[in-house]
This record gives sequence, C-alpha cells and structure tokens, in this order.
Amino acid sequence: MVEAQKDFIQERETKIIKGNEAAAYGARSARVQVISAYPITPQTTVVEKLSEFVDNGEMPGTQYIKVESEHSVMASIIGASVAGTRTFTATSGQGLFYMYEMVHWAAGCRLPIVTTIASRGPAPPWNIWADFTDVVSCRDTGWMISFASNHQEIYDDILMSYKICEDYDILLPKFVAYGGFILSHTSKPVILEQQDKVDKFLPPLPDEKGWPHIFLDPERPMMHGNLIMPSGFYNEFRLKIHHTMVLAKQKIKEVALEFEKSFGRSYGNGMIQEYKIDDSDIAILNYGELAMQMEQAVDELREEGYKVGCVKLRYLRPFPVEDIINIAKKVKVLGVADRATAFGSPTGGPVSSEVCASLYNSGLSTRILPIIAGLGGREVSLDQQKNQLKVLVNLNETGELPEDMIENTYWDGLLEVD
Amino acid sequence: MNKVKWKNICEDKDKRPEVQAYKNWKELPPIPISLPIDGSIGTTGDWRTFRPVINNETCTKCGICWMYCPEGVIKKNSEGFFEVNFIFCKGCGVCAKECPSKSIEMVRESDVKDG
Repeated sequence: MVEAQKDFIQERETKIIKGNEAAAYGARSARVQVISAYPITPQTTVVEKLSEFVDNGEMPGTQYIKVESEHSVMASIIGASVAGTRTFTATSGQGLFYMYEMVHWAAGCRLPIVTTIASRGPAPPWNIWADFTDVVSCRDTGWMISFASNHQEIYDDILMSYKICEDYDILLPKFVAYGGFILSHTSKPVILEQQDKVDKFLPPLPDEKGWPHIFLDPERPMMHGNLIMPSGFYNEFRLKIHHTMVLAKQKIKEVALEFEKSFGRSYGNGMIQEYKIDDSDIAILNYGELAMQMEQAVDELREEGYKVGCVKLRYLRPFPVEDIINIAKKVKVLGVADRATAFGSPTGGPVSSEVCASLYNSGLSTRILPIIAGLGGREVSLDQQKNQLKVLVNLNETGELPEDMIENTYWDGLLEVD
Repeated sequence: MNKVKWKNICEDKDKRPEVQAYKNWKELPPIPISLPIDGSIGTTGDWRTFRPVINNETCTKCGICWMYCPEGVIKKNSEGFFEVNFIFCKGCGVCAKECPSKSIEMVRESDVKDG
C-alpha cells in the first residue's frame, strides 16, 4: 500500500475531456482502491490516465497493478475484490474475450467489480471501432451491463454502478459500455463532482470489514469456488444470480433517483430514458451514443410534422421487460436499432431479440422492426437516423417494409458499390 | 440474503456452525463456501492402501513430516513425537518420502498388525 498521503480533493468543475478520461475520473471520484491494468485499443487511455493519477498522488492509497494479460487483469481484480476492496478495470473487444473465463468467475463469486468497456467490433476482420458485440457477448455471464450514451454519463454511471453493485442484496459485477472512439477519443465538457458530495452519495468502503459473503482473512478461513455435485445446490445458486438480477432493476431505479437528487442529472427511470414518446405512434429504441443523436433526429422530424419519439436503453442486463411493455403499449410501431450482432438469433440483433422476447405473452400487437446499423464503427449519420424514423412512419401508414430486409431485420446502410 | 446464518460465519472461527443446512434456494447465501473443518468430505482414511508407520527410535522430531503432510493429519504428541490420524490419512506417502532420517515406513494395510 502507498503510505498515507494527503487526501486529494476534487472541487466541482467542468472539464473538457475525452470519454476515456471521463471513465478514469469516474473511477477516481469513486475512490477505487485497486486497479488492474492491461492496455488494449480503444480502452488504453483509461488505465493510462489512472496511472497518471496514482503517480501524481491524486489517488492516495490506491494500488495499481500491471499484469501480463486481460485474463490476469480479471483474476487479480477478483483476488482484490475478495479481500473486500473497491476494484476497477477497463477493457475492449479482444481483451474482453481473453478475460472471459474470469468474467464468469467474478459473477459466480458475486463480487461487485465495475469494469468499463470501450466497445469495439470483434475480429476478424480486424476492427477497433464502435460495436457493442463485445460486451453483448457477456450477456449471460451474470454481469450487469449498462450503456453510456455520452461523456457525462460515463462518469456518472461509474458512480451509480458501485452503489448498485455493492448493495448487500445485489453483490454482482457490472460492465459500463460505450462506443470506442466515438465516445472514448472525442472531447466534451464533463462536470466532475465535488469529492465530498460524491463521498456522501457513494461512501468509501470501511477499511477492515470486507463483503458479507466472501472474505480473505486468516482469522476466518474459508474456501470458495468449490465443487458442487449435480445433486447439490448448483441449480439453486444459478437461480439466485438470475433472481438477484431481476431484483436489481428496482435498486437501479432507486439509485438513479438518488443520483438525480444529489447531482441534478436525470437518467430517465434508470433502466430506460424516454424522449417524446407520450404523443407518438412511432418510436425507436437505441443504446449507446446513437441514442443521443436520435433525440436530435426526433426533434428534426417533429419539425417536419411527424409524431415520433425515441427511447434510450440504459441496461441490457438486467433487461427492463416491464418498461419495454409500457412503451409498446404507447406506440404502434417500435424500431429497435442494434449496433451489435447476434448471429443466427431470431432478429440478428441482440437487443431487438430481447425486445421481441419481452413482448411475447404481453398480448400486445405492437409492430417491432429490428434494425442493424453502424457495425464496426460505420457512421450512422443524422440523416440516416431520420430516414430510419421515416421507414417506421411508412411502415405504420402503409405496412410496407424497406428494402434491405434480411428475413425480418432491416440492415440499414449496407454498401452498394457501382 | 439469510443474514442470521451468515452472521455466524462472519464472526470468529470458533463460533462457526459445523454444518450449514439449507432447505431451498431462497435460504441460500450468495455463494457456496467450504469451512475448514475436520473431514468435510468424509473419512478419507478409507482410501489408504499403505500406512505410514513412524519409528520413534530413529525419529529426530524435526517436524518435516508434519510440515509436508498435504492433509494436515500429523500431530505432535506430548513427548514431541509425531502421530498420524488414520481416520483421515490417505496414505499418500509424502511424509515417508520427505523424512530425512528415514524413520517412516509405508506398510501395506493388510500387513499391519493390531489393525
């Protein structure tokens, strides 16, 4: 441990910083105690910034571990978390895949680890640009998964994440994902909150205690990760992770509300953020950075007289089933735009498949149009998003589907070279 | 989470319950753990084919057998010699291999007199 240093005090200030720096500032404000790091594009500057903080004495008491791979990153973070510390790391794409075994382990141990993902397209073909397929591949690991749609949300969501994950009734790890390069390497103003206020919202962990269910203490020896025979409680422990996820939705909503009261920034109900839905027949659901741009597209289309709205999905896991049903009750046509793939799934897109599954048995006849656009960092322009909305309007009025339908999914922006 | 039972584990090791018996998934703690208690997977002495027999006449009381025993079944007695708990000793032979004074002999169970 670093010798006791003078505490670093962050005053409330607005800084123009990159998305990755927002993640690093978020981890600093959350007073993470152990950071394990291995570089990978486009995440690298998160852990670089954190190493600067540690070196400058701006994170007194924080241990910064350099390891030889992402697998070791998560393994070391698991060890640190078992010892009862607040832990942080960041990764992307192929690095996340290399980490994958330990990702399951962290969730099975019910450790409240928070990891940011600067999402990038899986290779091959080699790709380092925005595509959420990397984090979506961890859908069934038992980690909570949220998407940040702007720089401020990256910072804010890290603070909210620790509060949710460390709740004794939850105790699950969480990914905070945002588009590689589009958010990670562009600059925007971000409000960094005063440390006292952050500490009040997210109190630093007490020194000695550790988690209630797992600890590293020679006076209280325990073994975890042990074998359960098929006749033992294996099914039941897996059910508990699922059940906890379901319960976490309420906690996520409460924390979002508390965050709004503390810092004045609202993230809808925590699970989703609606935009001009209430008087619309048409809505489109996005996640990540495209959800922000879609609000602009909605505004511009409304000026042209179309009654359209949009929804920002904040969480993939747990999935906001009830909120999706509520939206489907309000609109006649709901587009679901994925910047990720789920090959061979009912729609080809991971979130559109989830939306369809959520509405099954709901008795609603809302028309769902799955859309896939912007894979591997391909630009999805404002005009393209406006066109997506017009496609939905046309579908509502005439029942006509766009060209470029592959089975039941609209692949928007496929190249046609003369 | 079942806070009552977990409280016992979180306190010091002497107050731990020997068996955690749960009826269904709702009662379960967040993760399964094992507590280090004697014979948590049964009487492993049944596995033994050869048993370590210590010759106290040549034993130097160095304690290397005690240190190397992977099961922790060798204990020091009041005279400073070492005794093996045959309820749990698997007969692996590590103690005999490591003994510097060659005071431990591995004897086939069927050849042991006085059971």
